[in-house]
Amino acid sequence: MTMSDPIADAKTQIDETIKANSVVLYMKGTKSMPQCGFSSRVAGVLNYMGVEFQDVNVLADDAVRQGIKEFSDWPTIPQLYVQGEFVGGCDIITEMTLTGELDKLFEDSGVSFDKDAADKIREANA
Amino acid sequence: MPMQPEEIEDLIRETFPDAEITITDLAGDGNHYAAEVIDASFAGQNRVQQQRAVYAALKGKMDGPAGDLHALALTTKAPD
Repeated sequence: MTMSDPIADAKTQIDETIKANSVVLYMKGTKSMPQCGFSSRVAGVLNYMGVEFQDVNVLADDAVRQGIKEFSDWPTIPQLYVQGEFVGGCDIITEMTLTGELDKLFEDSGVSFDKDAADKIREANA
Repeated sequence: MPMQPEEIEDLIRETFPDAEITITDLAGDGNHYAAEVIDASFAGQNRVQQQRAVYAALKGKMDGPAGDLHALALTTKAPD
């Protein structure tokens, strides 16, 4: 019996997306128009740091919205992926930004970003 | 449905009986909380592994549009 399983299809699509793009943010809304404060915060950090990233709006597709949670075994949105690896949600990305771990991850992953902007975020939150 | 901070702590406590758990109601609406969980089992785990374990303890309360908790800011670490 073959039946189309939208969640399984979504997970296949997620796997392809995170392998095809160095940095991917699954979020509510888009990077230019976030629709949740947590998504907005992570997109804002990436935008400010000048990181090129692919945004995926989970509100546009229920299968992706559910599929991404099963894919990473992580119940919340946003979710950041770098070089195909799940990095974390809003709390983890915020913490990594402030400790400089996010800079290191981008450096190690060959993702270009504006170091001065990252320093400014840390200064503003010191 | 809003949750009381004690309910959140009890759920986490079931999985982490010896943890130091601090729940803060951020907005006073029973829907936006911060939780800090300090537990020896977190030693050697990265943040994703630590927080995944806390989410698992919350048994789906975070999940989906019907989730009881819209927002739980998590901080996890092993004891110093």
